[in-house]
Amino acid sequence: MNESTAPLLEVRRLKKHFALSSGFLTGTQQVVHAVDGIDLAIRRGEAIALVGESGCGKSTLGRSILGLTPVTSGEILLQGERIDNLSQSAMRDMRRRIQIVFQDPFSSLNPRMRVRNIIGEPLRNFKLVKGRKQLDQRVAELLELVHLPPDVLERFPHEFSGGQRQRLCIARALATHPDLIVFDEAVSALDVSVKAQVLNLLAELQARLGLAMLFISHDLAVVEHLADRVVVMYLGKIAEIGPRRSVFTHPTHPYTRALLSAVPIPDPQIRRERIILSGDTPSPINPAPGCRFKTRCPYAFDRCQREEPALLVQPTGQAVACHLVAEGRMPAAGRPPAEASLAR
Amino acid sequence: MPLLDVDDLHTAFRTRFGTVRAVNGLSFSIEQDETVAIVGESGSGKSVMALSIMRLLRAANIEARGQVRFQGRNLLELPEREMRRLRGKDISMVFQEPMTSLNPVLTVKRQINETLMLHEGLSWNEATDRSIELLRIVGIPAPERRVRDYPHQLSGGMRQRVMIAIALACSPNLLIADEPTTALDVTIQAQVLELMWQLKKKFRSAVMLITHDLGVVAEVADRVIVMYAGRAVEMADVKNLFKNPRHHYTGGLLNAIPKLGSSLTEGPRQPLYEIPGNVPSLRQNIVGCAFAPRCAAATQVCREIGPTMDELAPRHFAACHHPLDAGLIKVRQ
Repeated sequence: MNESTAPLLEVRRLKKHFALSSGFLTGTQQVVHAVDGIDLAIRRGEAIALVGESGCGKSTLGRSILGLTPVTSGEILLQGERIDNLSQSAMRDMRRRIQIVFQDPFSSLNPRMRVRNIIGEPLRNFKLVKGRKQLDQRVAELLELVHLPPDVLERFPHEFSGGQRQRLCIARALATHPDLIVFDEAVSALDVSVKAQVLNLLAELQARLGLAMLFISHDLAVVEHLADRVVVMYLGKIAEIGPRRSVFTHPTHPYTRALLSAVPIPDPQIRRERIILSGDTPSPINPAPGCRFKTRCPYAFDRCQREEPALLVQPTGQAVACHLVAEGRMPAAGRPPAEASLAR
Repeated sequence: MPLLDVDDLHTAFRTRFGTVRAVNGLSFSIEQDETVAIVGESGSGKSVMALSIMRLLRAANIEARGQVRFQGRNLLELPEREMRRLRGKDISMVFQEPMTSLNPVLTVKRQINETLMLHEGLSWNEATDRSIELLRIVGIPAPERRVRDYPHQLSGGMRQRVMIAIALACSPNLLIADEPTTALDVTIQAQVLELMWQLKKKFRSAVMLITHDLGVVAEVADRVIVMYAGRAVEMADVKNLFKNPRHHYTGGLLNAIPKLGSSLTEGPRQPLYEIPGNVPSLRQNIVGCAFAPRCAAATQVCREIGPTMDELAPRHFAACHHPLDAGLIKVRQ
C-alpha cells in the first residue's frame, strides 16, 4: 500500500478488559469487557465519530488509541507502525502525532498557567520552537486559528468562558501539528449558543488543516454535523459502521434505529414513531454469548442467543452486525428522522 | 386563578465580588394541568428560580423578593412550618442528578415512606405497600425486591424513576422537574420522558420542566418560557414559539442547535448559525436589553431601555424593541 491509500490509523481486533476483584467466596473472576474486538481504520483527513451510550466502550477505545491505557489484545497502528507496545520514549513522539481535547474545559486547563504557557507547553516539550519570540509568534498563530484575540497571552483560564476555554484546548491540541485529534465529548458541556460556534470552528479547521478527527460523542445531531463516517458501538462492539449519510438516512441495526428515534427533535410539529427500548443498558461484566443487544432488541430470536453476529456490508453502504439483517428479514425502517424533517 | 403565579421575582446573591442578580424581575404563571418548559442556558437563572419558589435557598446573603402565589398564597411570606407541609405534598421536585439527590445510606423504601408518613399520615406498613405500588407505577421491575435496595444498587435511569416516585407519592398539584433527563442516556431519557408524560396524565399535575434541551421542550411542553440573564425574554405556546420565534435570542437558539437530519441535504454541509459573544455576567447591573450586545438588530434604544414583555400575538409574549416579524424575517430556513 502506498502513502495515500494506507489508513492513517488502524485498530485491529482491539480488546480492552478490566479485571474486577474476584468474588469473595465463589472465586469467579469478574471481567469488564469494555472494548471487545474492534476493527477500525481512520484515513488521513477523515472525521469519524464513535457514538453510543455510557458504558459502550467509546471512551476506552479513544484512550487506547492515545496510549493512555494499555490494551489487552489486538493492535493499533499509526501509518503502518505498531504503537500499542511502544517504550516510554518512543511513546513520547507518538503523542505529538495524536492529541486529545477533553469534555470539560474547566478541569482540563491548569488554572495557574497563563495562555502563553498552556499553548506553549507542547511547543516547548517537543522542541518545536526556539526562543521566546518564536514561541509567542506560534502561540499567536494558534490563537488566531481558533478565533481568539492575540492579546490574551497573559491571561489565566478563569478569565475565559466555557466556549473560549474549549478553543484554548483546541489550540493546545493543534500546537504539535498532530495527524489525529481525539475529541472526547468535546462540545457536550457547552451551551447551545456556544456549541454552534465551536462546531463551526471544528468543521473549518478540518477543512483547512486536513486533520483526521475522532469524535467520541453521545449526541447524534452533533455527530451528523461533523463526521464523515459513523461508528455505532454497543457494549464494546461495533453494531453499525458506515458513511454518515447511509447511517443517518438508512439506519439498519435495531439499536441504531432505536438510538436515532430516541433523540428528541426540536420541532413540535413533528410526531414520530418512537422506538422505546425497554430496560437499561446491560452491564459489560462477563457478557453472555450471542448478540450483545439481544436483551433489549425488539426482534431478538433464537439465533441471537447463541451466535454472535458478524459485521456485514449492506447495499446502502454501511456494515451491520445483526442476524436479522444478514438473513434479509429486517423490516424496512419507518420514515427516518432525516426524511421527516426534510419533507416539510 | 392560575395554580402558580410568579410576579416580579428577584433573587440576588450578595458575594464578596458584588451582588449576583440571578433572577431579575421574572413574572409568569402556570395553570392547572399545564406543562410549562423553562428554557435557558447555564446562568440564565432557571434553577435559582425553581429553588426560590420552593424556598430552598436559605442563607444570610440570599435575598428573594417579589410574589410567588401558589393556590392564592404567597409562598415567600409563608411561615417555614407551613412551607414544610407544602413541599413534597403540594409542590414536589425532581432534580437533575439522580446520583446525589437520593440518600446513599437509606433504602429506597425508607426514602419513599418518609414522604408518605409525613404528609399522608400512613403507618410504616401502609407506606411500604404504597411505595411498592409507586415503584410499579414508575416501571421498576420486581418492586417488592427493589424497595429494599440502596441507591447504589440501581442504575441511573432507575434512580431517576425512584426520584419521580417520591415526587409523585402525594399526587402533587405542581411538579418541578429540573433537568430530569440531562444526566441520562438518550434511550433512557426517552423512557423517562414517556413515563413523566403518562404520569402527568394520570395524576393531573401541572409540570414545570426546566431544561436547556429544545428537543425535549418540543416533545413535552404545552407552553414555553425562554429565560436569558435572569429574566424572561419570550413566552408562548410551544408550536408558536418554534414556528415563529419573536425574540432574537430565541430565533438564534433555534437556528444554532444541530438538528438531526438537517445536514443530510445535497451539497456541502452548511455551517450552523452562531450567536456571537457570550452570556453576560450577572454581577453587573444590566442596563437596557440584556441580549443587546449579542443581537444583530440592537439599536440605541435597546442599550438604554429594558424592553417590556408585550403580547405580540394572542398568548405570545416577547420582550424586544425590534421583535422578529412573524412573516418577514424568516430566521429558520
